[in-house]
Amino acid sequence: MSRRTLVVVGHGMVGHRVVEVAVARGLTAEWDVVVHAEEGVHAYDRVALSSWFAGTALGLPAVNDPAVDLRLGDPVVSVDTEVRTVTSASGLVTPYDALVLATGSTPFVPPIPGSTGPGRFVYRTVEDLEAIKAFSVGKTTGAVVGGGLLGLEAAQALQTLGLATTVVEFAPRLMPVQVDPGGGEALRRLVEALGVEVRLGASTQEIVDGPGGLRMSFADGADLDVDLVVFSAGIRPADALARAAGLEVHERGGVTVDPGCRTSAPDVYAVGECASALGRCWGLVAPGYAMAEVVVDRLLGGAGTFEGADLSTKLKCLGIDVASFGDAFATEPGALELVWADPVAGVYKKLVVSDDAQRLLGGILVGDASAYASLRPLVGSGLGVNPAELIAPSSSGVQLELPDDAQVCSCHAVTKADLCAAARATPDVSAVKECTKAGTGCGSCLNLVKALVGKEMAAQGLTLSKALCEHFTYSRSELFEVVRVRGIRSWSQLLAEHGTGKGCDTCKPTAASILASLGGGYVLDGEQGTLQDTNDHMLANLQKDGSYSVVPRLPGGEVTPDQLLVIAQVAKDFDLYTKITGGQRIDLFGARVEQLPLIWQRLVDAGLESGHAYGKSLRTVKSCVGQTWCRYGVQDSTSLAVLLELRYRGLRAPHKLKLAVSGCARECAEARSKDVGVIATENGWNLYVGGNGGFTPRHADLFLTDVDTETLVRTIDRFLMFYVFTAERLQRTAPWVEATGLEHIRDVVIADSLGLCGDLDAAMERHVETYSDEWADTLADPERLARFVHFVNAPEIPDPSIRRVPERGQSRPLLPLRVVR
Amino acid sequence: MSPVVPLASLPFARAVCVLVDGEQVALVRTSDDTLYAVDNLDPVSGAMVMSRGIVGSRGDRDVLVSPMHKEAYDLGTGECLDLPDVWLRVHQVQVRDGQVVVGLAQDVRRPA
Repeated sequence: MSRRTLVVVGHGMVGHRVVEVAVARGLTAEWDVVVHAEEGVHAYDRVALSSWFAGTALGLPAVNDPAVDLRLGDPVVSVDTEVRTVTSASGLVTPYDALVLATGSTPFVPPIPGSTGPGRFVYRTVEDLEAIKAFSVGKTTGAVVGGGLLGLEAAQALQTLGLATTVVEFAPRLMPVQVDPGGGEALRRLVEALGVEVRLGASTQEIVDGPGGLRMSFADGADLDVDLVVFSAGIRPADALARAAGLEVHERGGVTVDPGCRTSAPDVYAVGECASALGRCWGLVAPGYAMAEVVVDRLLGGAGTFEGADLSTKLKCLGIDVASFGDAFATEPGALELVWADPVAGVYKKLVVSDDAQRLLGGILVGDASAYASLRPLVGSGLGVNPAELIAPSSSGVQLELPDDAQVCSCHAVTKADLCAAARATPDVSAVKECTKAGTGCGSCLNLVKALVGKEMAAQGLTLSKALCEHFTYSRSELFEVVRVRGIRSWSQLLAEHGTGKGCDTCKPTAASILASLGGGYVLDGEQGTLQDTNDHMLANLQKDGSYSVVPRLPGGEVTPDQLLVIAQVAKDFDLYTKITGGQRIDLFGARVEQLPLIWQRLVDAGLESGHAYGKSLRTVKSCVGQTWCRYGVQDSTSLAVLLELRYRGLRAPHKLKLAVSGCARECAEARSKDVGVIATENGWNLYVGGNGGFTPRHADLFLTDVDTETLVRTIDRFLMFYVFTAERLQRTAPWVEATGLEHIRDVVIADSLGLCGDLDAAMERHVETYSDEWADTLADPERLARFVHFVNAPEIPDPSIRRVPERGQSRPLLPLRVVR
Repeated sequence: MSPVVPLASLPFARAVCVLVDGEQVALVRTSDDTLYAVDNLDPVSGAMVMSRGIVGSRGDRDVLVSPMHKEAYDLGTGECLDLPDVWLRVHQVQVRDGQVVVGLAQDVRRPA
């Protein structure tokens, strides 16, 4: 049998997919494939168009098959379905045995006066983008007509070009196809926070050329002067070729096809955005790809059909998460909508459930679409939990079941299945750790390991011991209560009355922290000094070669030029590797023990103090510059950060504490990833608690809205003290909030449901009153200073094992160290 | 055997580092006044830090815990209780006339 010819008209994403599938499924063994492309470039990822401005290469992988003849820049201009040929713009006439129309769509430009001409663009092809880029040189403003998905992408592109951008949308909300009014409102706030101006319900009437550019006038009489306008107000199927060839076309446009993607003419198919399948056009790439599969299957003699497609979408537009899935607009009779919204943080979540709240039907997520992956597969199936708990800030700690192949320990690649199998064999946390190595690397998965082992043990009727270690049967929170209520002031008393043995590296630092939280004074005197980890013991952070790092406190991240000079000189004089930390501090690495007091002295003389980078205590209060300098700030975030840092500095807690204050909803201080985050509002402050970065990132939960500084500080006082009182050892606030329950914490610290607020306030007051800089306290006392030598019998000799080599203009440890294991 | 430091200068329940014939030794005085001398070299990390570890007990054994990654070592035998086949050298230690005296061991006391 002689070879047959498939002609593909169009070389967009879907047209290219037809060719890819044809090659992959062996169609080219018997068929030659001729592709006519309108654009002069190889097929590219149109979905990612806006990243072209950022320099991203968009090209899709080329198909390498001699049977494929790609004719770029030579569009088909006519089709003759009688003689079965296509004619291209260059005059080539190609006979076909089968024809696939993949002409895609064209941008819709509203038929208004002045919609074409210099400075007016559409946003569809790389060529369009090149034209916009060339025109934008030296320009300052731009407008996008259309606030849908493509419009917001175009707005992102204009912003990338440095234009002050306005989005003009005819509908009363952004992305009207994907989100409901609530979601649209959240989206608007987020988009505006990025500096894009939004005009909703705006009908553009006319665009005229003026002396300074273009003037757009709107139906309500307003107008807007800009340098350029981009139309991105939707797409229309590119069906002109099919119409001219006499093919049947749907009344709303698009080449009519049956479920086999066949048009009204024999052996002529249509796929993607130019086709009208099941009575509608499918403006997403995934249904187009499905159609490409169907066509190739048909050409191979199969009976594939296009059954419609899930139009669920999750995308990032201007960096904002938007997801819409299932019956997002609650069209099913009796459907119920559950909405959770945090307008300040710009989060909107809606779930649509069946009238008995048993089945998930769909939903909309704006601002935080992290739940999309777990929610979408649940559409149509039973929920098993109260649906509100799936979108509300996790007050009750409800979690969807972790799949068996989920990696629990990434250091040692241990999956949940491995871990649970080990736990069934030996139901004991340390045995499971030893057998699987889970939790023995960085240790950050330890809480998860304990929880999973505990679950397996519970299934076997065993309970996980909450004993701190072999020396105490109490958990950390119980021990805290014992120390607090009984007024225990020393380790010996605690061990004698409530423990056994001589203590260990678990209970000793825990006891030290508890005694310090309850006002134990200088942490290194006498017996208390024997309890401390080396970091607390040296008031510095141990590094891998036995040297230490030094971090002076810079409250709120503020530092004077004079202090910077001192820090720089100290770093030079002691050859300290210097690095800026994530919490807006300066870390000086590589100090030997005998150098520490000399370094501190110079820092203390410059008005600096210990930054407690070594302690399970307040680390930093990060902040933006706030309204003092920032054009967008609405409160003085830096002053508040300084106030909070000076208030809570030195507070010993079950784990480290990181705070942040942002001066507006743009959240430059990343407060929602902190244990305590404060975000300024027009009317005061919003308080967020329980956020975390690190191993298990968690957005902080909104705790208070629009409060004054006094209320804010009192609430943070109580929140932190309640955490200090009741959290377990090395439990950050994020898991503590989940375990304790946000509502319960609110009850305790705001409504005083336990009658504990007096104690919490008194404990914080005592902390604030008794705070004293540990570096200065050490320097002031020769006895305390005596410890800072390496050899107690040869104090003049520094540790000879610490050696340095240069790297990028600084020093780093000479590695590897001698390991004799 | 070299005199190193006065016993009275050693804190309880903490270790210090001393230089003995060019070697770094961690001297430990437990809370019930037992003396031990082991290598200051942490065999796992290779850093000279054992003397900065926490002193405690595991069962009835006195232990010193590496400050680097928290492995515990039996102060009597030098055996690491958390990792197989890792040992600290255990040196002889005595008190003579109020001075702590240390005799360096040649090797670890790995059982035969």
